[in-house]
Amino acid sequence: MAPSSEKQGPGRVGLFVTCLVNTMRPRVGFAALRLLEQSGCDVEVPQMQSCCGQPAFNSGDDEGTRKIARRIIEVFEDFDYVVVPSGSCGGMIKTHFVELFDGRPEWFDRAQKLAAKTYELLSFLVDVCAWKPEGVRLDATYTYHDSCSGLREMGVYEQPRKLLAAVEGLTLNPMVRSTECCGFGGTFCVKYSDISNAIVGEKADDVLATKARLLLGGDMGCLMNMAGKLNRDNHTRVTAMHTAEVLAGMAEDVLKSQDA
Amino acid sequence: MQTHPEKFQENVARALANPQLKIAIRRTTDRAESKRAEAIRNFPNFDHARTQGKRIKDHVIENLGYYLTEFERNATANGAVVHWASDAKQACSIVIDICSRQQGRRVTRAKSMLGEEIGLADALDDAEFDRVETDLAEHIIQLAGDPPSHIVWPSMHRTREDVVRLFRKHHQNPTDSEEITELVDSARRELRSKFLTADIGITGANFLLADSGSVCTVTNEGNAELTTTPPDVHIVTAGIEKLVPSMAHAMPLLRLLVRSATGGEITQYTTFHAGPKRQNDLDGPGEFHIVLVDNGRTRMLSQGMSEMLRCIRCGACLNHCVVYKHIGGHAYGGVYPGPMGSVLTPNLDGLERARKLAHACTLNGRCQEVCPVQIPLPKLLRALRASSWEKKYEPPVNRFAVAGFVMLAKRPRLFQLLASVGVLGMRMFGRSGWISSMPLSGGWTANRDLPAPEKSTFLGQYKKLRVGRRPYQN
Repeated sequence: MAPSSEKQGPGRVGLFVTCLVNTMRPRVGFAALRLLEQSGCDVEVPQMQSCCGQPAFNSGDDEGTRKIARRIIEVFEDFDYVVVPSGSCGGMIKTHFVELFDGRPEWFDRAQKLAAKTYELLSFLVDVCAWKPEGVRLDATYTYHDSCSGLREMGVYEQPRKLLAAVEGLTLNPMVRSTECCGFGGTFCVKYSDISNAIVGEKADDVLATKARLLLGGDMGCLMNMAGKLNRDNHTRVTAMHTAEVLAGMAEDVLKSQDA
Repeated sequence: MQTHPEKFQENVARALANPQLKIAIRRTTDRAESKRAEAIRNFPNFDHARTQGKRIKDHVIENLGYYLTEFERNATANGAVVHWASDAKQACSIVIDICSRQQGRRVTRAKSMLGEEIGLADALDDAEFDRVETDLAEHIIQLAGDPPSHIVWPSMHRTREDVVRLFRKHHQNPTDSEEITELVDSARRELRSKFLTADIGITGANFLLADSGSVCTVTNEGNAELTTTPPDVHIVTAGIEKLVPSMAHAMPLLRLLVRSATGGEITQYTTFHAGPKRQNDLDGPGEFHIVLVDNGRTRMLSQGMSEMLRCIRCGACLNHCVVYKHIGGHAYGGVYPGPMGSVLTPNLDGLERARKLAHACTLNGRCQEVCPVQIPLPKLLRALRASSWEKKYEPPVNRFAVAGFVMLAKRPRLFQLLASVGVLGMRMFGRSGWISSMPLSGGWTANRDLPAPEKSTFLGQYKKLRVGRRPYQN
């Protein structure tokens, strides 16, 4: 399939949905679609997608991960861009596929080409599309958690703050240690549940100290970890949400339904 | 108290149950973090300095044979005796042999992680030498009978209150005060006479300078100088990766080391030891021995772990690690804790024994971000997991689960079908939007709730909505 250039926007974007958005929070997927379309992209969601392979990769099963990675490369390599609403799954495709095929020239080359056009959603909107929200309003305070893979593998830090600053009525209550891991770590949180719990307990305290109504981030895993801990400890005044939901104007309904 | 990496889970449970420990760790790591951050703000282009540090270490590691030979030649010309030890046992027996040839039995030691690694303290105790640890923190843990819990602050698991109690019990002339300056004076009184009456002084090395054959030690207490100057014999034990070509290479690394470790600009004492006392020198040791230790380092070179040999033992990766901050150093059960320890211990003690350490990491990348020589610690930990997987050290239940996952994930249609079924199943356990327990979710729901999923998957909903949209691939 040749890249199409009939549109003025950035080009054909393949949305890699991620397991957690697909199963736990589909509305983030729809928010991503809405934002990408607003920014002029020609978005497609290939049905032949599954997981990025992190559970196998982080368990040490390189051969198994390569099987999954080859599939993803085949399905997504013809797009102009691959966009992922997660720094962690995006980082897997962008940095770790290449490592996996080191010394396997054919697939290494294809992995490298795919890596070059793979982006985390929020940074893609700013860095590639130069998009910003217009006419989006949400009267709330929020605090931001910088998920580790997005921050350190995908360079996501300023972009979500810049986008959220353009949402009318929204105020940032900054969190101390916002760049410190929340203890999720994929399979880590079940392998070492007690350590993970101690870490997220401290993170929950930091979130609560901001007195913000919303906890925003760019990775469902971390958000679910922090939200799950807050809810278990009966701190129900804080609602965790993916930044894309706010930017797409989908947050108000959620907050209203909770307040009702 | 001795812990082992196989007992990692038990060690962790014990650490997490100790609220005192968490306070002690936080006091030190929070301070270390903020002091490092300040030091780096005041340093022009620290990232450039890190790249330079990495290049110096990589150059030495790539040319290790050359620089080892050069160092041996120049050290020997200075009057030092250079010994080679391939493992910990051989290194200890070389040191014990040298000590046994002396008249006296009193051995003072400056803090050295290599000394800990080879078990030199135990070897000296077994041979019934009067071993005196002279670093203040090492002195505290010697009194307490603890192993070190941090590579820079070995007694960080002990609070000031503990130290007061230990000094009152063990010092000959203790203080009644709980003020830090008074406590330091108490240790000084205790140690001073031992420094002056020692027969043998043992140190590690922060750098070995190939072109001058000299050995650099850094301390903030001056205890290395008092360890090496009065006794007749100075023994250096050093890992072979401590080499640098020259002073011009040691200095940039020293700048990185001190800022990364304590946030200082330079250590209080930075000494270059260049052989035994010369003819007109007023003091210094009569004999100067350097024991160069491999102990797994050349094996690491050959097994894709060469990046770990850049490590300059600053401790920044420990101070910035969320896991270390919660469990402390002893839980790791090895000499080296934290991220660098989780890479080194499996390499030194065996992967099968220590494989759990490679998994005890969220792979958040903060350690790599602060490492002064840019060691890709998460990548190395992941490589150890891969090696453990390949060697079939991972438990069958994990292997089975991951194999099942891979089987599904490479078949998207089946994967999505099961995801849809899974969502329906999970919804049965939801109460007011949250799941507080369900089968197989124990790892998660022991401590956290799980948000109940929406009524169907994204891909399922999207498929229904695609009317009017372009048909997608496949």
